[in-house]
Amino acid sequence: MRSALDIAWLIPIFPLLGFLINGLGRKVLSKSLVSIVGCGVVFASFILSIWIFWEVKNGHTSVINYFDFISVRSLHIPFAFQIDQLSAIFLLIITGVGFLIHVYSTSYMHEESSDHFGRYFSYLNLFIFSMLLLVMGANYIIMFIGWEGVGLCSYLLIGYWFKNTEYNKAANKAFIMNRIGDLGFLIAIFWIISKVGNTNFGDVFSSANSFSSSDVTIITLLLFVGATGKSAQIPLYTWLPDAMAGPTPVSALIHAATMVTAGIYMVARSNALYSLSELSMNVVAIVGLATSILAATIALKQNDIKKVLAYSTVSQLGYMFLALGVGAYSTGVFHVMTHAFFKALLFLAAGSVIHAMGGEQDIRKMGGLNRLKITSITFLIGCIAIAGVPPFSGFFSKDAILLAAFEHNKILYGVALFGAMLTAYYMFRLFFLAFTGKFRGTEEQEHHLHESPPPMTIVLVILAVLSIIGGFIGIPEVIMKGGDKLTEFLAPVIPVRIGEGVSSSTEFSLMALSTGLVVVAIIGAWFRFRKYEFKPSKGLGKILENKWYVDEFYDAIIVRPLNKLGEILNEGLEKSGIDALVNGIGKAVQYGGRQLRWLQSGQVGSYVLLMVVSIVLFFVLQFFLRK
Amino acid sequence: MPINYYIFLSIALFVIGIIGVLTRRNAIIIFMCIELMLNAVNLMLVAFSKMHHLANALKDASAGIDGQLFVFFIMVVAAAEVSVGLAIIVMMYRNIHSVDVNFLNRLKH
Repeated sequence: MRSALDIAWLIPIFPLLGFLINGLGRKVLSKSLVSIVGCGVVFASFILSIWIFWEVKNGHTSVINYFDFISVRSLHIPFAFQIDQLSAIFLLIITGVGFLIHVYSTSYMHEESSDHFGRYFSYLNLFIFSMLLLVMGANYIIMFIGWEGVGLCSYLLIGYWFKNTEYNKAANKAFIMNRIGDLGFLIAIFWIISKVGNTNFGDVFSSANSFSSSDVTIITLLLFVGATGKSAQIPLYTWLPDAMAGPTPVSALIHAATMVTAGIYMVARSNALYSLSELSMNVVAIVGLATSILAATIALKQNDIKKVLAYSTVSQLGYMFLALGVGAYSTGVFHVMTHAFFKALLFLAAGSVIHAMGGEQDIRKMGGLNRLKITSITFLIGCIAIAGVPPFSGFFSKDAILLAAFEHNKILYGVALFGAMLTAYYMFRLFFLAFTGKFRGTEEQEHHLHESPPPMTIVLVILAVLSIIGGFIGIPEVIMKGGDKLTEFLAPVIPVRIGEGVSSSTEFSLMALSTGLVVVAIIGAWFRFRKYEFKPSKGLGKILENKWYVDEFYDAIIVRPLNKLGEILNEGLEKSGIDALVNGIGKAVQYGGRQLRWLQSGQVGSYVLLMVVSIVLFFVLQFFLRK
Repeated sequence: MPINYYIFLSIALFVIGIIGVLTRRNAIIIFMCIELMLNAVNLMLVAFSKMHHLANALKDASAGIDGQLFVFFIMVVAAAEVSVGLAIIVMMYRNIHSVDVNFLNRLKH
């Protein structure tokens, strides 16, 4: 039998086919056909990914060259896929969670008209294709193609309801923010090419030791700039909350589970480079931690159910970067995986709530939604998982991050622990406001409340199960010998960290501490929000509600000066400079023409006279000029 | 006879022709003035041809012959031109009962 690696190229091809079929046939295919194609291709990729994963688990990894993608003199960029432990994990997450969200979408988007339905699924498939390209690429260029592709799909899907101007603005914002980051990534790629001569991961990492330390630092920092754009970290995070303008399954798939983790994938992939630069590691850790705390504080006061989840995503991504920054790459990947489960679950459950409420997203108008049995229970599971209560998946990954931070630096640990508490608090604020107490919406909404149809609830249940058990592949060594399967599995790609280690008693007490604080936060949220009356907040609350005024700040220091500059250039350079020049030339020609036309009188005599005079002048001139 | 006389005579004829073309409005007179100019040039050509022949006859028996050849060409062309030009003038007279060239500027419309 042939190895699965031989047909690895089929994995991205399937979603591409789905994209073409749905995109080109959206006007003729029926909704059910579009659903079957859309979900089917992703499912096919999922099956192949499982097969690949199995092969990789048995030790078959390889870099497969297909053809020369770019060939300029000595620079050769092959179109190659790298199948190894890291990409196999991401393949599973992308196609697995992606498939579930496709299934969910068939029901969630059912009220769209047929061709928009097809458009939606073609975008989703294109997204899966790009994301697969991103994680399968064996060099930075192929990765960059996928990187741009997911950015494009994100733009298209945020602006899916393109008749709404606000949504279009959000889409633009996401795209532009991403472009800023991409520039950093691109410069890093050029830098690498100038140093190594190509961008194949193998070559780059094996020659990394010969780089000067400033080169490594600059390359890794530039790569991290790319990651801050894609993974919504300070200072480029503001696009992600606005990206919630897209349909909820899109928020779940792109802006929570997969695309935004591309930055983590990239840093984890480049771990050989990052490990060489102390400075870059510290920058990654500090930016990650700062983002996670900032976003968590903002999430405390948001009233839009999706915005809370969005800030929570930003915050969790910050945690992942913290893990990467302290050198615990596999822990970062672990958190990517568990986060994909529970955040997709939370978003999809939120989608189910929004569906039931007829489009209402404001949690102040919800309450008492526990009558939606499956939705509320799965949402609760998601909340517990993200808060980090054992033995749910979030506990294991978050605790591993906290432990790694503790080993690295006690201050980082303290702040991260505080962040974990905030996470538990705002997630349960959301839960209690939306699902307990009495209903605060309109009569009509209350009458209309209903549990979502089976495709949605089944997906919720599957994700809930994954959120519960997903953590068991990374049980800390102190609890179970050989329990940390994931780190073991990733060891060939990501060298196992050899820290000073902490004694098992310290580790247990750290776990107990974090769990205890989380439980306290949950109880605190219960007392504070079980009977909720809306009051306009003031002081710090108001600042948080307005997201620390970061958007306004950016507006003031970047957007408005740019607009001003544009205005000045428009008025000064364009209108009175270039326009004046062009118009002046035109006017001069017209004026000259008007004056010269008197010469063209039609009188033969005057022509002849002119001719004679000219000839005489010519001779006279020649006579005098002759030497 | 020195060449200068020929040159002055030729220039005088040519200038008379130019002034005639510029000042007169009668097409036939303009025509005659053009002929005058052509003949001025012919005279010049013949004179120079003769001069060259005399200067180089010992070395080359046919020196300066091409100048005289040109004169014949010009005569032929002038004859052809006269026949066409007079025909045009006759047609013009038939149409507008005048040979005044200033009437001809209506051609521009």
